[in-house]
Amino acid sequence: MSSIVKRRGFYYTLAIAISTLYLYLQSSNVTTSVFSIAVTFAMPLALAAMVGIMCERTGIVNIGIEGTLLLSSFVAFYSAIATKSIIIGFCIAMATGVFMSLLLALMSVTWKMDQIIAGTILNILATGLTSFFYIQGTMLPTMFKQKPIPGLSDIPFFGDVLFKHGFLMYLGFVVILTLYFALFHTSWGLRSRAVGEHPSAADTAGVSVSKLRYLNVAIAGAIGGLCGSYLVLELVGSWNRGFTAGKGFTALALMIFGRWNPLGALAAAMFFGLSQAGANQLMINGTVNIPPQFVGILPYVMTIIVLAISAGKVRPPAAEGQPYEKGQN
Amino acid sequence: MSALLEVTGVTKRYPGVVANDNISLTVNAGEVVALLGENGAGKSTLLKAVFGLVKPDSGEIKIGGTPIVFGDTAGVIARGVGMVHQHFQLVPVMTVTENIILGDEPKRGLFINKKAAHDEILALSKRYGLEVDPDAVIEDLPVGMQQRVEILKALRKDVKLLILDEPTAVLTPQEIDELLEVIRNLAKSGVGVVLITHKLHEVMAVADRVVVLRGGKLVGTTSPKESDEAGLAQMMVGRSVVLQVNRTEAKRGGVVLEVKGLQVLDDRKLLMVKGVDLSLYSGEILGVAGVEGNGQRELVEAICGMRNREAGEVLLKGEPTKNLNPHAVHEAGISHVPEDREKHGLISSYSIADNLILNQFDQSPFSKGWIRDLSAIATNAVDTVAKFDIRTPSAFNTASSLSGGNKQKVVVARELSEELPVLIAAQPTRGVDVGSIEFIHNQLIAARDKGAAVMLVSAELDEILSLSDRIAVMSGGKIVAVLDSKDADRNYIGRLMAGLKE
Repeated sequence: MSSIVKRRGFYYTLAIAISTLYLYLQSSNVTTSVFSIAVTFAMPLALAAMVGIMCERTGIVNIGIEGTLLLSSFVAFYSAIATKSIIIGFCIAMATGVFMSLLLALMSVTWKMDQIIAGTILNILATGLTSFFYIQGTMLPTMFKQKPIPGLSDIPFFGDVLFKHGFLMYLGFVVILTLYFALFHTSWGLRSRAVGEHPSAADTAGVSVSKLRYLNVAIAGAIGGLCGSYLVLELVGSWNRGFTAGKGFTALALMIFGRWNPLGALAAAMFFGLSQAGANQLMINGTVNIPPQFVGILPYVMTIIVLAISAGKVRPPAAEGQPYEKGQN
Repeated sequence: MSALLEVTGVTKRYPGVVANDNISLTVNAGEVVALLGENGAGKSTLLKAVFGLVKPDSGEIKIGGTPIVFGDTAGVIARGVGMVHQHFQLVPVMTVTENIILGDEPKRGLFINKKAAHDEILALSKRYGLEVDPDAVIEDLPVGMQQRVEILKALRKDVKLLILDEPTAVLTPQEIDELLEVIRNLAKSGVGVVLITHKLHEVMAVADRVVVLRGGKLVGTTSPKESDEAGLAQMMVGRSVVLQVNRTEAKRGGVVLEVKGLQVLDDRKLLMVKGVDLSLYSGEILGVAGVEGNGQRELVEAICGMRNREAGEVLLKGEPTKNLNPHAVHEAGISHVPEDREKHGLISSYSIADNLILNQFDQSPFSKGWIRDLSAIATNAVDTVAKFDIRTPSAFNTASSLSGGNKQKVVVARELSEELPVLIAAQPTRGVDVGSIEFIHNQLIAARDKGAAVMLVSAELDEILSLSDRIAVMSGGKIVAVLDSKDADRNYIGRLMAGLKE
């Protein structure tokens, strides 16, 4: 089974590599810029998917990612303006993400509430707060600037695509890779996954289910804060109502498509980002003579198709969404 | 030296049931203590309390002389207590190694040392002669092998006290022998072992001391030397509730239900019922005895329309009932007390009143046209709750608020309310408290006396023996014998159940 999956992944990668090489030989500048833009589209989605993975791997369904992103990006923007420091804005945004997460943990772990409702509360809370306090016509003092990594950024194609970004983008990659290794190669990861699959097995082995759920949901919130900060402080530079435009929900789809694996979700996000960047390029070129709205929906249509094809075969963490009661089997 | 485990006056109440009533016991190093009792006698609750998984209402539990703290499972484990749970505590999607090291992983820097873990599991399995593949994924393993992983998991932590909660329920006879050997060796090496079971021959084979629980109370302590299987059974069943059924001679009528050459597949699509012929007569109870998993469930479900029939037919008063749905089967005149009351017997989130009319919700007087008659439903509920002694503050509480025994009374009350010609009762007293068992038994007898044809399927041989007029023994998907209960001999039926011929 797993060897089949690996082989299929290999073929996908090969197909993408060959077509990329072809396009690169056709027009190196355009291809490089499309891929570079694709990475900037993909990173926030990948980080948002990490929030979902962190939560669901320990058995907490988080549909409040959208709310976490919305509120933390909002807080990042206005606190950066108020303190005139994007670093402080970034830190406060992370704290906001953790706050939202602790709220989710309180509702779903301590109060054993329905987790879909708990997530919905986060979304409504974020929409309400940000709409109410929104002030028009404010400007960020500065943004996280592009800082090419010396050496690595000189590699043809890859240097331009991966190593000419800002601090938060690099941090994002570090977080995703760390999460991958932590989840599959450390005690913490083994315990987290056990809690998400069979909490009473973890409990009887002396692992505290609720502590680990709180911890992981809190870390997820910090990642959500990073994601919100990236969007507003590095990628866009301004904030308006409904700023995150459903990225938190798209991320849930990418999480499923990536089989709750950080690298899988990253790949899924890259695929999504690439189809979005590609669609934009098609519009600019005027290659396709159809209304731009239809080109705009291309990434979403592809997500639906991809999910519809893959959804039947994936298996979510078994204890997902169920509050844990001690002494039950 | 203080005892390994010292339980003093532990009491634990659940709504409607006292699971543990003032229980005290001690376990010393190097001894095997069997904790014996029927289902629902409170064995599992007591052991969960020892592990800090259940908080006793009163009493004290000491391990190695120091009291335990509720919730501190890690502390209990650290003091050398290992448990093999009745329900496997294994993560199905993980490997054997991952499951065994969970909670105490060998590390190299920040990462898990997978090589060391792998080697450790190999060494462990060699040391105790319990062979496992460290890299196999749990869900791919047969249950016996999963059990082995559970035992290794417990043994890994240098246990001083090993608790085995019904470890042999899923094992083959050979695997049971191996396990008993392992238990003996462990005791020899100075480990205290608590074996929870209701299989008497296992107790006789390994135990040094036997502690018997009944209805949450400790009723006696003995040893295999001082007692025999019959004596232990006597202690376990106590005042033999099942034997006190007042049963008059059956007034057997004509054939009501006839099963002919029935073949049924199980959930895995394997042939489970391999050609069963049965006749149910009005005014008599037919007991179907057998070790669980020999096709009884599939047989009942096929008769009641919950499972398709591969071949054969079921005739009700001479009329074929070909693959009808459960509702139509009920309309035709068969009432059914399902084996799994939580899943098939009740809708937990509905009120008791609604649960009492689930089979007649669309019929008069509970429904007028498309409209439910709430006052008729309420009247029926209040009457039934009183008549069946269902212990609840109100008939309008949800069914989930009831204890197991009272839930079962709701199901039995509903199925008996119409006095249909056939009653199929599958495991009607499983997990039910003693008082309710007696009540349910009397209701079954009453239904019989009113002329119903009753089929009683039970894994408890005593229940079958005390209630049935005729006994059909099921083994390997077939009815291997049908006996008159007057001629029934316990040992003989036991051999038939085990699939042995004469």
